[in-house]
Amino acid sequence: MIINHPLLGPRDAAEFTYFGDANLIHRPDGSPDTTGNTSAQFYTYQYLRDNPAGEHRELWFHEGGDRSWLVVTRNTLTHDISNVELASDVARAEGRST
Amino acid sequence: MRYSGFRVIKEALTGHKGWGPVWRDPEPQPDYDIIIIGGGGHGLATAYYLAKEFGECRVAVLEKGWIGGGNVGRNTTIIRSNYLLDGNEPFYEFSLKLWEKIEQDFNYNAMVSQRGIMNLIHSDAQRDAFIRRGNGMILNGADAEYLDADQIRAEYPFLKFDDARFPIKGGLAQRRGGTVRHDAVAWGYARGADQRGVDIIQNCEVTGFRIEGGKCLGVETSRGYIGAKKVACAVAGSSGRLMAHANMRLPIETHVLQAFVSEGLKPLLPGVITFGAGHFYVSQSDKGGLVFGGDLDGYNSYAQRGNLPVVEDVCEGGMAIMPMIGRARLLRMWGGLMDMSMDGSPIIDRTHIDGLYFNGGWCYGGFKATPASGYVYAHLLATDRPHPTATAYRFDRFERGHMIDEKGMGAQPNLH
Repeated sequence: MIINHPLLGPRDAAEFTYFGDANLIHRPDGSPDTTGNTSAQFYTYQYLRDNPAGEHRELWFHEGGDRSWLVVTRNTLTHDISNVELASDVARAEGRST
Repeated sequence: MRYSGFRVIKEALTGHKGWGPVWRDPEPQPDYDIIIIGGGGHGLATAYYLAKEFGECRVAVLEKGWIGGGNVGRNTTIIRSNYLLDGNEPFYEFSLKLWEKIEQDFNYNAMVSQRGIMNLIHSDAQRDAFIRRGNGMILNGADAEYLDADQIRAEYPFLKFDDARFPIKGGLAQRRGGTVRHDAVAWGYARGADQRGVDIIQNCEVTGFRIEGGKCLGVETSRGYIGAKKVACAVAGSSGRLMAHANMRLPIETHVLQAFVSEGLKPLLPGVITFGAGHFYVSQSDKGGLVFGGDLDGYNSYAQRGNLPVVEDVCEGGMAIMPMIGRARLLRMWGGLMDMSMDGSPIIDRTHIDGLYFNGGWCYGGFKATPASGYVYAHLLATDRPHPTATAYRFDRFERGHMIDEKGMGAQPNLH
């Protein structure tokens, strides 16, 4: 697989380490939600997955390169990559400060 | 029709005109007591034991393609029960005991070969861990034997004992482990279930569940609605895709694992060798091919094929521990879909939906579990209580913190 890095251009996937579903960006901060159940939030975050057959947004770490985190949109049925973004851009666009 | 030596001779003398189809091809009935989704090893074994041990005969197995076309046809055929933890080892030992009598039980030649499995040891710390695991196995009634380097050299003189990074210091052997003809397992269970009245319905894809008032009433399929008192999922590899129809998110990711076969060679490997430190294991099939594999590709995939970096990695592992493998040519390679659960152990349990049951999360170890998985799932379906060897395989163990973390890595790719 070739990952088209937004800053560095096309790079071999072997340079990267895969981490998993892009929802792992949204780690709960530990503050109680409306139900007051923080352990349920962490359980959902840590263990449950959509695991789709098709388009999957996922985190890749450019360990053998510029050490940036990327959000890659890849089809799990064909391995075709349709979009690559910097994870920091994705997090900021979703309202995170860092 | 029973198979026997006498029967083979009789058919040989009469032109092989007496053999018939091994199972029927029935039309689906409007409803069943129990529907099993997935005509793989686990689903067919479940149907077989439901009919044979628990007297449930209004059972259907629904398979979207042909039976045995998924992971039971795509594995590396190894059986063993060399686990450590209490939640696992009794279950896998139960499975190995079922393997030992499976051919007589379902009257089908599954070529069970207890040629032994050897886990290699490369350091003092690994020796301690493996001896501990061996003790765990023995405490649960399995067999385990520690061998020093000289004993291994006597059995496997061609291994690279003096490698600078991974010198072979010893090994943990399980002599009762071995290999089984994987397709015959699916066919034997299918035949046995069919003979006892189970309907095996191929080319019938489940497209949804009919759930009303928190109760599962049946399944929507490509061949129409079929009602059932109980619906049992056994589609490991595609669990996420299937259970999404019931709006369930699972503690499972689907990953791809590749396996390889070399050209046929003369008898070379007496048993199964695992080189865990280098992510490589190998055995020799009865046709002579070296059957080997290694690690997950390491990303979510439903493609049933992997990528070249892992091919290189596995072959490097083979060259490191067994340099003569470099003279063999690679004949075939393939990928299978692994239900990677978050602690590396399976789930066999009821769901929160009444009448809907789940069996999955087998990671890369489902084949060896086939008989016990079928038996304990049948037990759960027939009695609504987990079998004594499978009480730990619950859905809620992640939420309760009672993981069965044999290796403590689950689906997390960067821990492999």
